[in-house]
Amino acid sequence: MNGVEGYIYPNEITLYWSVLIVLYPYITGLVAGAFILASLVRVFNVKAVAPAYRLALLTALAFLLVAPLPLQLHLGHPERSPEMYFTPHATSAMAMFGFVYLWYLMAVLVFEIWLDYRRDIVLLSQSTTGWKRLLYRIMTLGSDNISPRSLVIDHKVGWIVTLVGIPSAFILHGYVGFIFGSLKANPWWNSPLMPVVFIFSAMVSGIAAVLLLYMGITKWRKMPIDMPCVDTTAMYLFYIFILDFSLEMLDLIHRVYEADESFRTLNFMVHTKLYFSQIVLQMCIGTLVPILLLGIVQVTKLPALIRKRIYVVAGCLVQVGVFAMRWNVVIGGQLFSKSFLGYTTYKMGLVSREGLLMAIFLTILPLGILWVLMKLLPPWPEKQHVPLPAATPAH
Amino acid sequence: MNLDRRHFLVMLPAAAIAWKYVLAGTPEASPNYTMTDHWWSMLIDIPKCIGCGNCVRACAAENDVPEGHFRTWVERYLVTDWHMESPEVISPDGGKEGFPAAAEEANGKYFFVPKLCNHCTNSPCTQVCPVGATFITPDGVVLVDQTYCLGCAYCVQACPYGCRYIHPEKKVADKCTLCYHRITKGLTTACCENCPTGARQLVDLKDPSDPIHAFLKTHYVQVLKPQMATGAKVFYNELDGSVR
Repeated sequence: MNGVEGYIYPNEITLYWSVLIVLYPYITGLVAGAFILASLVRVFNVKAVAPAYRLALLTALAFLLVAPLPLQLHLGHPERSPEMYFTPHATSAMAMFGFVYLWYLMAVLVFEIWLDYRRDIVLLSQSTTGWKRLLYRIMTLGSDNISPRSLVIDHKVGWIVTLVGIPSAFILHGYVGFIFGSLKANPWWNSPLMPVVFIFSAMVSGIAAVLLLYMGITKWRKMPIDMPCVDTTAMYLFYIFILDFSLEMLDLIHRVYEADESFRTLNFMVHTKLYFSQIVLQMCIGTLVPILLLGIVQVTKLPALIRKRIYVVAGCLVQVGVFAMRWNVVIGGQLFSKSFLGYTTYKMGLVSREGLLMAIFLTILPLGILWVLMKLLPPWPEKQHVPLPAATPAH
Repeated sequence: MNLDRRHFLVMLPAAAIAWKYVLAGTPEASPNYTMTDHWWSMLIDIPKCIGCGNCVRACAAENDVPEGHFRTWVERYLVTDWHMESPEVISPDGGKEGFPAAAEEANGKYFFVPKLCNHCTNSPCTQVCPVGATFITPDGVVLVDQTYCLGCAYCVQACPYGCRYIHPEKKVADKCTLCYHRITKGLTTACCENCPTGARQLVDLKDPSDPIHAFLKTHYVQVLKPQMATGAKVFYNELDGSVR
């Protein structure tokens, strides 16, 4: 009957959180991860990553602009979503989404990008013509003072914004994990580790995404890839991945050892309905293989060409693994009955509002936005009107 | 108070938003009914339930419940010997049309368990609703303001008992209202009224003359999933430990 096995409560046959809700944590994770990578340059003085600094910021913005779309499309009444701003329910984790999102978008990301590009924008508003000139003039927000003193102020404020941005990025994605982890009704989700695991997997996916984008776009531009930049990025990716993997294993071991009343059901689910997405995709192909590949680079001296190829393969596998992780959390959490006596099946539509084509479109959309942003605000060192930001704040 | 036209215009939208906030938590009005005088719940007497499905049909007819969704349903349990952790449970079409005949030699016990929203005092569904469209009334009934619900389904995920669904046409959360439109007019719920054995009884915990008080003193009752600490208010007499 309708893909049901065993006994499930009759209202549980339909899964209400679809592939779009899988995309939501995946996309916000990329945002948080890309921003953390940018902060390595700005706050933690990792100069080697500087060539990817602006690209990381623009990537974060492109994905953040798309992040609310899957949620909007999922709502039964999207026209009522502004009520979350006007009459938020204080005890609801979800009610905070609008505020966390706006804070991160406007107070952190847009502000930081504007500060970082302000001099470029002013110079572009003077050197371009026509609609471009008008656009850049609007983007200056009337602030066309690019004296050395004002640039020093920009730089100091930018440093503070990045500093505030790091916990904000953690809050943005930790909060997404909390939405799931705080539901006591669902043992698959209910874990205090959920926000932490979400944050670390976000960093892994975001850093890997920027690594791939940097290498891909640089190759497409026929420019040389800055090897210290990709090597350092891959090194951070490796170490954060180890932390992420350890946390996920801690969660797993705890569940297996504790073996509470839900364990038998969840264990069966992992070995049947979730076997491919959890064991094969998430754990083996998406975690162990990339960790092994990145680890080999750390302990051996491979030629640059091989290293680049390894980074591309590992970066792609990381995306597969993290997306599978989001899938297993969101869809897996709805496949079993809260009676612990049966299972249902997720049937993804193809062209429906929450179907596969929409999910693919929402995944590609940020890349289109990133292309526009890169045209508007070139992130490449040789096209900058100002030198790259110094890693330490001006004193 | 000195209120010029400019300030008045500024305050107008703020007042509108505030008023909407106030209205959001207001249940439908019923004259001569004082909400704070009541604290509604239900008693399910499991040995009395015969699994006829009258309650499910009555609920569907009274509340226009969409096909394939249930504000109340009945489960039949078969617990063999000591296998409490793996009972055989069925609920064909929510038990709406009754149940197939039980096997004669089952080596265990059969019993029926009617389910409905537990109208929890500390309900997780109310806690997680992002706009407060789900709320508990002063007389203890958990309701959904369907003109305000976003249809995000967070409450569906948060309910440990599987009592909520998204209405396929209205695209909002839907669930048992404990027939609020009836009980505020002095009637009982549709399911209780149509139960031929009295297995379901609407009770008012604030009414000292309600027979529930004597019943609770003399019977062993339980709520579903007490470990969830939701303050569930649907009490089950002689609830077997196998029931989830």
